[in-house]
Amino acid sequence: MLKIAKERLNELYGKIAQTQGLFIPVKKAGEVNYAIWGEGKEVSLETLKTVKSPKNMFFPQTENMMKFKTEGKNIDIIDMRDEKRPYVLFGVKACDYKAIEVLDKVFLADPVDTFYKARREATTIVTLACSRPEESCFCSVFGIDATAPAGDVTVWLDNENLYWQSNTEKGEALTAAVKELFTDGGEAEVEAQKAATKEILQKLPFAALDLSRFKPENLNELFDDPAWEELSEACLGCGTCTFVCPTCQCFDIRDFKTNDGILRYRCWDSCMYSDFTLMAHGNSRTTQMQRYRQRFMHKLVYYPSQNDGLYSCVGCGRCVNKCPQHLNIVKVIKTLGGKNDD
Amino acid sequence: MIEETLIPKVGVVTDIRKDTPDVKTFRVVGTDGKKLFEHMPGQCAMVSVPGVGECMFSITSSPTNQEFMEFSIKKCGCVTEVLHAMEVGQQITVRGPYGRNFPVEEDFKGKDLLFIAGGIGLAPLRSVINYVRHYRENYGKVVIVYGARSADDLVDFEEIKTEWKNEPNFEVYLTIDRPQEGWDDHVGFVPSYVKELGLDSNMTAVLCGPPIMIKFTLQGLLELGFEKSRVYTTLELRMKCGVGKCGRCNVGDKFVCKDGPVFRMDQLDELPDEY
Repeated sequence: MLKIAKERLNELYGKIAQTQGLFIPVKKAGEVNYAIWGEGKEVSLETLKTVKSPKNMFFPQTENMMKFKTEGKNIDIIDMRDEKRPYVLFGVKACDYKAIEVLDKVFLADPVDTFYKARREATTIVTLACSRPEESCFCSVFGIDATAPAGDVTVWLDNENLYWQSNTEKGEALTAAVKELFTDGGEAEVEAQKAATKEILQKLPFAALDLSRFKPENLNELFDDPAWEELSEACLGCGTCTFVCPTCQCFDIRDFKTNDGILRYRCWDSCMYSDFTLMAHGNSRTTQMQRYRQRFMHKLVYYPSQNDGLYSCVGCGRCVNKCPQHLNIVKVIKTLGGKNDD
Repeated sequence: MIEETLIPKVGVVTDIRKDTPDVKTFRVVGTDGKKLFEHMPGQCAMVSVPGVGECMFSITSSPTNQEFMEFSIKKCGCVTEVLHAMEVGQQITVRGPYGRNFPVEEDFKGKDLLFIAGGIGLAPLRSVINYVRHYRENYGKVVIVYGARSADDLVDFEEIKTEWKNEPNFEVYLTIDRPQEGWDDHVGFVPSYVKELGLDSNMTAVLCGPPIMIKFTLQGLLELGFEKSRVYTTLELRMKCGVGKCGRCNVGDKFVCKDGPVFRMDQLDELPDEY
């Protein structure tokens, strides 16, 4: 294990940024989000939950896919994919890292989404262990260890130092490039922090959520549960939950006429919207209850059924904090998940 | 550049046939004059008019056609409206094939086959029927029951009259909803016609048409003693990607684009009723 004093972190960022793009949580206008690092930027590694998850590093909110040039009856397709510059995504929390694994199973499954894959391959991910989980956190419910996230490199931060541990080949390469700034040591400090954090995690209000009923064999029983009506009653269909969610991956593909041809782009979409499933002759989900049910059934039943039991929720709690109607997955789990207390 | 399924190929429309007042069949080849890609009966393709949109259509021509692909398309939305206004020679984009095909090389082999279609529902079945005609020796008797609102709404009527009706061991039954001058065939809805015909329940059946027709026809077939595990249909939901990633065409844990569009009735029974 390696360590570097906290006050020298800017040197570390500068060193990384010499050769690659560095995306890191940066405070801007009161909000913290992943942004490209530069001198003078206010880095906020301590912020537990960036407003947007880092999913847009691989699956941007909008991205240009191709261009069509038309002349008379003819069409020319211009591939807009380009070489991705290598970059480092720094400070990813355990929940958000797990969410990237969830997205990988969608976008890297055959046929591979080459737009996603190019970004994924160009990125070295440095994860940051949590030391101060919040009340809205419930990653442990999904078997995630917030104190020891995976990733190419894992770092821990305390009041004095940042501790660095490389996990993969990509991580080794990054370590080699910055090693001169580090000294050896930190194992004891990291172990102490892990133990202290684990105690907090156990005491979190949502730590004992029961998922036992969310199994593929209960799919129809859960789908038909009358509780969905009441659970979804206040839902505005605003889609905020889907936009802040690190695992929501639904997208739309649209065309946009420009002065220089027709641009086909992909953008985030939301199963919460009424036109998401609208066809020329009909809609398979006409009510907000159906759309609400779709979102949670997908995360807790459909996705796991397709992916060896892996849930498509990582317990980051963003939807708990952001839903204007205080509806969220925790309420769904408490109502339908099994033997939950209240 | 690496192959990307979301990036389509350019196709040229070489022929447009007006089948009914609101259905046209488009013949498409690549810019090199050859077929764009190979497919199996029941599979679909994403057809797009750049600037307007991209939609999933079943490939109505048989894979045994080595020269071109055909799409029978009903005018009912913004993309299909533009397609219907197109002229021969126009280029469009096509990508695919997507989805699982009818089990023509597996479960259908050696079986007597019953095809029941309503309206534009004939489009996906035409691919299978012509495939079966091409490999005639691999299949038993073929019964086709096809209905539409009126005689003018029967898609591919010429092919039905001149080719299918004359095919050995083929029985073709046509019906229209209301009596019409010059129509000597049956009049009535498909579900009741199917019951009247008293079809042999040992046949493997394929149903395609409007949801209401499928529902009542299936009921009729079950009354006749057909087993759900030998009745096939196709589903249609909104799609953007065609490969199970954009997240909108799922019924329960199955994506229609990837796990369908062909489903057996007993498989559909296991899925939530949301299609």
